[in-house]
Amino acid sequence: MLEARGISLAGRLAGVSALLRAGEVTAICGPNGAGKSTLLQCLAGLLLPEGGAAMLDGANLASLEPRTRARAIGYLPQEGEIAWDLSVQNLVALGRLPYRDRGEAQVNAAIEALDLETLSTRPVSTLSGGEKARALLARVLAGEPRWLLADEPLAALDLGHQLDLVGRLREVARSGAGVVLVLHDLSLAMNHADRVLVLDKDGLVADAPPEVALDPELIEQVWGVPARWLGERGARALVAG
Amino acid sequence: MTRPIPLLLLALAVALPLSLLAGRVWVDPWTTPNAAIILGELRLPRALLAVVVGGGLGAAGAAMQGYLRNPLADPGLFGIAPGAALGAVLSLLLGLPGGWLLPLFALAGAAGAMLLLALIAGRAGGIALFTLAGMMIASLAGALTSLAISLAPNAFATSEIVVWLMGALTDRGWPDVALAAPLTGAGIALLRLGGRGLDALTLGEAAARSLGVAPGRLQALLVAGIGLTVGSGVAVAGVIGFVGLMVPHLVRPLTDRRPASLIIPSALAGALLVLIADCLCRLLPLVTELRLGIALSLIGAPFFLHLLLKMRREAV
Repeated sequence: MLEARGISLAGRLAGVSALLRAGEVTAICGPNGAGKSTLLQCLAGLLLPEGGAAMLDGANLASLEPRTRARAIGYLPQEGEIAWDLSVQNLVALGRLPYRDRGEAQVNAAIEALDLETLSTRPVSTLSGGEKARALLARVLAGEPRWLLADEPLAALDLGHQLDLVGRLREVARSGAGVVLVLHDLSLAMNHADRVLVLDKDGLVADAPPEVALDPELIEQVWGVPARWLGERGARALVAG
Repeated sequence: MTRPIPLLLLALAVALPLSLLAGRVWVDPWTTPNAAIILGELRLPRALLAVVVGGGLGAAGAAMQGYLRNPLADPGLFGIAPGAALGAVLSLLLGLPGGWLLPLFALAGAAGAMLLLALIAGRAGGIALFTLAGMMIASLAGALTSLAISLAPNAFATSEIVVWLMGALTDRGWPDVALAAPLTGAGIALLRLGGRGLDALTLGEAAARSLGVAPGRLQALLVAGIGLTVGSGVAVAGVIGFVGLMVPHLVRPLTDRRPASLIIPSALAGALLVLIADCLCRLLPLVTELRLGIALSLIGAPFFLHLLLKMRREAV
């Protein structure tokens, strides 16, 4: 169980508490500057809150050995930086760094799970944006984390690749891991998350299933934009005005 | 991938004995008079010193590029080489007797630069602040070195300092090897220990930390490793530039491009490059022997420009 227990951090987060569940996709939404990425980094153990704590199975993340934490929580940053032109295979293998072994079985399983078999010897510089996003996700999965925390994993992708990747993230949750995503796109959160946390500058304003958390009234209150949902459950679209 | 390691070892095994024979006077071990003394007391320590200094610079360059995630990074950026040079120049300025004191002053200068770096960068281990601190230390050490030169009591002392700064392996002996080899070996081992952290940094600082890398520990390993390799290199051979920049570039395509798998091949290739460059310095028919530091800069600067042009083409 991953928990934010009254997390505060200089001007960005004010006493945020939330209990995240394994086997679910949780989306963190909110306007720019609300502290979504900051909260995610606190939950990943990468930022130390000034007040409160991020807890993993009842233990303060700050007190865990970095490697123990790394085995439990996989983190996918927004930038998708790959400084050197590794092969896909070697990129995915970086996910095994928290372990002493080379983990060939897990690396190959991650490559298979994301349909990268035919690309495994290709240098990453030759991949398309969608392929690169899949390879970076495979890198996290190779470490077999119980939690997958991703910052805007869909932002740089076109519609088809967004749907493909979000489907794969749902599969990760179905396999029992907890998936936490920072999402800007409220339609993606509405259609694909099991639960949505809405942050604004005053803190957490909603923690509920998407239909409740992303209620048009709340959207207007938090984002300052009148909006309504069109379409049916699972395929909704947000229209402003 | 370990393919480049046996290849480079083989090349070194061929180049090292050949380099012993090459020079202003070609030595034939069987007919040249006093061949045993020339080889054992002059050329062998010089060749081994070239291997040690080049190996240290190559490994330091590979680690530095991995740490800064930048193929144009050079170990000189951390200010450790200029710090070591300042120490050596001070010992020359003070007119201290040769032998052990100059290398010790150089090592003290390198240690001072390392300490300053560690103090400024603090415990957080942020890379941008660290790089800026290194650059400031480098320019401070450079300014103090210039000041020392301007304070030299006479023209002879000035010229002694300037010539020393150019870097060379002439007239070095076994004591220099005994000083530099263990320190450089320890430095390369520390850099190699940081390999996993450097691999993780491929994905950026945040991802590296999420993979369990402790940034402060990685930084400490690098400062100590680069301090030992570069500091001991400057202590025995003066300032030799561009090896740390060029070598990782030349070797990277032979490896799987992970920073960790680049360190040992870069050490071997650096050793080979400095060994060959030093031989060429001896062989060139000039009135006085070309200084090794100048020779490598003459090769290195155009190489760097070539790299920049290539990167510009790729960026278009």
